[in-house]
Amino acid sequence: MKLQKNTLFALYSVLESASHPERQLSAGEIARKYGISPHHLAKVLHTLAQARVVESVRGVGGGYRFAGNAKRLTLMDVIELFENVSAPARSAAPRRRRASGEAGVERALATVLAEIDEIAKATFRSISIATMLKLVERRRA
Amino acid sequence: MNAAAPAPAAAVRVRNVQAGDLGDVAAIDLEITRVPKPEYWAEIYHRYGTGRRQQRFFLVAEAAGRIEGFVIGEVRDWEFGSPRCGWVFAINVRPKARLAGIGSRLLGAICEGFRHLGVIKVRTLLGRDNQLILSFFRSQGMMAAPFIPLEIDLEPQGTDGK
Ligand SMILES: CC(C)(COP(=O)(O)OP(=O)(O)OC[C@H]1O[C@@H](n2cnc3c(N)ncnc32)[C@H](O)[C@@H]1OP(=O)(O)O)[C@@H](O)C(=O)NCCC(=O)NCCS
Repeated sequence: MKLQKNTLFALYSVLESASHPERQLSAGEIARKYGISPHHLAKVLHTLAQARVVESVRGVGGGYRFAGNAKRLTLMDVIELFENVSAPARSAAPRRRRASGEAGVERALATVLAEIDEIAKATFRSISIATMLKLVERRRA
Repeated sequence: MNAAAPAPAAAVRVRNVQAGDLGDVAAIDLEITRVPKPEYWAEIYHRYGTGRRQQRFFLVAEAAGRIEGFVIGEVRDWEFGSPRCGWVFAINVRPKARLAGIGSRLLGAICEGFRHLGVIKVRTLLGRDNQLILSFFRSQGMMAAPFIPLEIDLEPQGTDGK
């Protein structure tokens, strides 16, 4: 399971805002910190706001504020907003009619890729934003 | 839904299991797994609860005279080729007593027991689809161990499985 850029930007934004729930962060502020385009990030934040993970605050000093439940919101909840996680692991081969030997190879490879995917999903589902913030603290220490 | 709020963790005492607790322990397990297994619990008590082996732990959380949860584990040497470490085999909290810190207290207590025996690594093995227990252990700071659990279906005896 390879995360798209948007998903990573969303995770940065959620973790940044959840670690300062009282503050309003602007897209520019987060973008500068992670060296990403503010324009790109604004779209990501818009999706997060629609899902009520963050809320946008208007006016002077406006921006985005964390609006979720950090103890219950998981990494998977955020990832699912940006990725189609239910899609089966894709085979590397192009779509065309194949001999049965080839199909066996593809199926066997797909089984292994699906195994990896399942482990990744279980990991993302089991880590809440609160747990992630604790991990961030430990990594800082 | 029961209106009674769970006992706060502070009102809970964590101690070694006693024979008289087994009924409550089995009832908690039954409430969660829906499979009655009295012989199993008698056997687990015999192996882990009688205090005959210093490195085995069977602890219970008691509040107002009732058992609200338990944890079972053991220190093992060179299991799966790894140096001495503590294993948590089971942790369960009565559904109505959850989210009040009892699970954390039980895990903290067994880890303290492991630490007394000089252990500095604690492991457990969990069902990948059991998000609740995975989230709990993750919240306690546990990370993936450098192992991959594997399994195979064996052909039933008498078949020519090649
Ligand atoms: C996992 C279990 C032991 C947790 O017990 P508990 O007393 O509720 O745990 P705590 O109150 O100490 O919770 C500690 C943390 O775990 C996490 N957690 C617990 N329940 C959670 C849930 N339903 N969803 C998400 N996270 C949860 C939270 O991060 C929580 O911290 P918080 O209270 O600050 O949110 C209990 O839910 C249980 O017995 N579940 C069934 C276990 C099972 O399936 N056993 C069989 C295999 S051994």
